[in-house]
Amino acid sequence: MAESIRITTPFTEEDSRKLKAGDSVLITGTIISARDAAHKAMTEALARGEKLPVDWNNQIVYYLGPTPAKPGDPIGSCGPTTSGRMDAYTPTMLAQGIKGMVGKGSRAPEVVEAMKKYGVTYFAAVGGAAALIAKSVKSYTVLAYPELGPEAVAALEVVDFPAIVVIDSEGNNFYEIGQKPYRNFDINQI
Amino acid sequence: MRELDVKVITENVAEMCKEAAYYLPDDVYRGLKRGRETEKSPVGQIVLDQIIKNAEIAKAEDRPYCQDTGMTIVFVEIGQDLHIVGGYLEDAINDGIAKGYTEGYLRKSVVAEPLFNRKNTQNNTPGVIYTQIVPGDKLSITVAPKGFGSENKSGIKMLVPADGVKGVKKAVMDIILHASMNPCPPMVVGIGIGGTMDRAALLSKKALTRSIDQRNPMPEYAKLEEELLEMINQTGIGPQLGGTTSALAVNIEWGPTHIAGLPVAVTICCHAMRHAHRVL
Repeated sequence: MAESIRITTPFTEEDSRKLKAGDSVLITGTIISARDAAHKAMTEALARGEKLPVDWNNQIVYYLGPTPAKPGDPIGSCGPTTSGRMDAYTPTMLAQGIKGMVGKGSRAPEVVEAMKKYGVTYFAAVGGAAALIAKSVKSYTVLAYPELGPEAVAALEVVDFPAIVVIDSEGNNFYEIGQKPYRNFDINQI
Repeated sequence: MRELDVKVITENVAEMCKEAAYYLPDDVYRGLKRGRETEKSPVGQIVLDQIIKNAEIAKAEDRPYCQDTGMTIVFVEIGQDLHIVGGYLEDAINDGIAKGYTEGYLRKSVVAEPLFNRKNTQNNTPGVIYTQIVPGDKLSITVAPKGFGSENKSGIKMLVPADGVKGVKKAVMDIILHASMNPCPPMVVGIGIGGTMDRAALLSKKALTRSIDQRNPMPEYAKLEEELLEMINQTGIGPQLGGTTSALAVNIEWGPTHIAGLPVAVTICCHAMRHAHRVL
């Protein structure tokens, strides 16, 4: 695997379109956490015609619900959660200008279509590597929905946050590309 | 009759919640290391390196291995000659969970009601508590927190006797292929065969409290564990981004069932196969 590509935020459509499925990246700058409850709250706010509490233009969203920080630490353990649970809300959120998503696991076809339309990149962080990932987070500041606790929308200042491009802005899927050479199984042969 | 104060149970459960969240069991750690040695995918190797490093950081710094510190499953075996004093057993266990998750900076991930309100209970209670009365005067407790990235990919299939071994293999592999990279592999697969629908599910959970190095004592089941593991490792799922280390182990537990039935339950666990065990 080639050397990691360093990317810094804000993350524009031009930055996003340069990345290809399978690229290893290190993200530096600000990424914004949001997961199930925050996605529900934000899409409901949009449906009511309200303005969102955060400007998502050229931002990277991180699907995350961290453990509480120990005293003196900026954040607790903070690995990615399953992205698929956000799929129902994602096309609406991408229309708000999000250009990168960090999570883990597969995405729905309509999410991939919206990604191609807006030039968005989907990154995977290693699921369950939560104590390791915490090392790259320098600060955690709640931006909205503090009542949601670990599900609040928060800004994370990160340095060299490790991730891999899983689905690029053209829809190439590294989950499929990465599995294929090692697949030697057919359920119909049982 | 031997007496055991509920305060002792609460203290021990609190300690076990933290222990399980911070320290990956040695057998799982060694399994990850073995997987790293044999992994063929270069990306898979990078993922396994990160997972192994993560286990080392969590252990050295007393930090949760994963941010999903789970819903707390507690298996309790109560010796019938033991008298628990000072309160109720379930309260003592739930007090221990609340204390452990609060003091240990673990994430509180339980909602009180599942469908309409979904309000977080703020202390990870109640746990999912299974009690069994056994001979003796000891209290055996296993705390097994379960994350939901993998739990959501678990499944059950009510087979009929004619489906046989072939049917069991197909049912398991169907669930595994559907889960694919989503449950944070390398996974550990717990399988319960037999009983009723609920008993099969419970057996599949209990199977995950057994060491990944220990095969089922009945040779036919041990062979089935090995065959299924080999199949899972040939799916290409690998350590999340493709490769040859899709699972570390398949653990099967079985139980008596009805003449008309062959239930098969599969609980998928991520690489954070966490549990702590104490005898009081």
